[in-house]
Amino acid sequence: MADKIPILKMGRFLLLSIQVDMHDQLALDLQEDLTHQIVRHKAKGVLIDISALEIVDSFIGRMLSHIANVSRILDAKVIVVGMQPAVAITLVELGLSLEGIATALNTEKGMRRLESMVAEDESVGELESGENADTSASAGD
Amino acid sequence: MAKTQTLPLQQETDIVLIRQQVRKAAESIRLGIISQTKIVTAASEIARNALIYGGGGECVLEETQRNGKPAVRLLIKDNGPGIADIERAMVDGYTSGNGLGLGLSGSRRLVDEFSIDSAAGRGTAIELWKWR
Amino acid sequence: MSSTAIAELLRNHEATLLDVWVAAQRNAGMRLDLMNESTIVTNSAELLRKLTTAAAQGMDDLDAAHWQPVKTLLEQFSFNQSRAGVSPSETATFVFSLKEPLFKLIQEHSAEPLVDIWATTQLLDKLGLYSIECFMSGRESVIREQQESMLELSTPVVELWDGILAIPLIGALDSNRTQIVMEALLEKIVETESDIAIIDITGVPTVDTMVAQHLIKTVTAAKLMGAQCIISGIRPQIAATIVHLGVELGDVITKASLADAFRVALKQQGTRFIAATSR
Repeated sequence: MADKIPILKMGRFLLLSIQVDMHDQLALDLQEDLTHQIVRHKAKGVLIDISALEIVDSFIGRMLSHIANVSRILDAKVIVVGMQPAVAITLVELGLSLEGIATALNTEKGMRRLESMVAEDESVGELESGENADTSASAGD
Repeated sequence: MAKTQTLPLQQETDIVLIRQQVRKAAESIRLGIISQTKIVTAASEIARNALIYGGGGECVLEETQRNGKPAVRLLIKDNGPGIADIERAMVDGYTSGNGLGLGLSGSRRLVDEFSIDSAAGRGTAIELWKWR
Repeated sequence: MSSTAIAELLRNHEATLLDVWVAAQRNAGMRLDLMNESTIVTNSAELLRKLTTAAAQGMDDLDAAHWQPVKTLLEQFSFNQSRAGVSPSETATFVFSLKEPLFKLIQEHSAEPLVDIWATTQLLDKLGLYSIECFMSGRESVIREQQESMLELSTPVVELWDGILAIPLIGALDSNRTQIVMEALLEKIVETESDIAIIDITGVPTVDTMVAQHLIKTVTAAKLMGAQCIISGIRPQIAATIVHLGVELGDVITKASLADAFRVALKQQGTRFIAATSR
């Protein structure tokens, strides 16, 4: 059993893929490690690949929510990708819907989404200064 | 045809082992992938409850039959303080710890039969069934 | 004592008994078009042989281990019969037609014919009933398989466009069918990497709480996987039912028709149509 889940840095993003059946301590360690890495690398986004996970119980669900909340405070976007259908159905039945966590079908789509989420965030300033009156109507979106 | 094994539940890593054994049992009675995932998830929830609130215990895992259908039966026991008000504990959102309070009520929705035997000071035994 | 005597009889007269029994089966109307002559002979010979071995060790308890070979043979036979579309009475005839030739033998050779005939008739009745039971469970498994394939047939998931799936639901939805359909949809989303799935319920006459619940769960599960669902074609009565039942639709997108849903899906994808001729 692996005792640490590797976190990869790719440009402004952090990538991690959960491949092992995590015991609870491993999940807690990951949570803490990731928080440190976000700060250290000034990461703008985190992509978590869970396509290899066979189950997500309330503990892992809570870990994902926690990561998303902490990241938000640290100004990093989080996206969870590759959840298996059986896992998704089970989570819904269990009563967890992971509110507020962005998702994508696979790593590629997730990366694209993450990039556009970050770009959207950064473009706000330019829009306000560069464009004129007729776009301001939709700025309250 | 019934196959029974007793697994320890004393530390966190035991939960992982229980999950793996339940998965194997569910595969060997040829449950569908979604049913497999549901019973494994329920086992994980209940085992963690037994460990955190009940101080640990054991898990009896059985491959058997129910109404002529292949079935997996799980009995998770602890020697903890027990549950004083079972009805209240079964409500979504109720928690005595710091969880989301979905463990018991959520797990019940994941299995075909769920029964709970507990009283204050007598420990808790939870039985889970999933059949094909 | 009688069981050993009967076993003895069976062993000594195996060949003649087999001939008479096969003839009796033919007379009883076993349909030769469904089963050829040689199969009947092989089956009969094998059963007779196994019956002899088992009877020698006692005939009272069919649950005893030494009867297992006989039961296994009957199971296979009955199962094949039910697959082949043979009737239950024809299946039972296989065992019951052994009575006449066997009773004759007993009458001719036994010291206590009445006792032996009683013991034999009890045994053959039990075996006959057993083969009918096996026949029925064979039939049930056929029905179950057909039901399952019906469900799969009635629920196609189609690709409307790159990245857009649609599942047109037709006919009454029960909780079981909805669940199977929804699972198929989620699998297909992963397989085709589709971001948007349209669940069209134009052809669904009514929706109850359970079905509505399943639909919503599917939408939520798809969202967890990273895909979006649009429900289209909700009839006025169904809309009223949903509101009346107090089912929370949450943030599920609903559209009047499949065309409307498709338009929304294309828009979300950023796909635009450009007229071929310029103005």
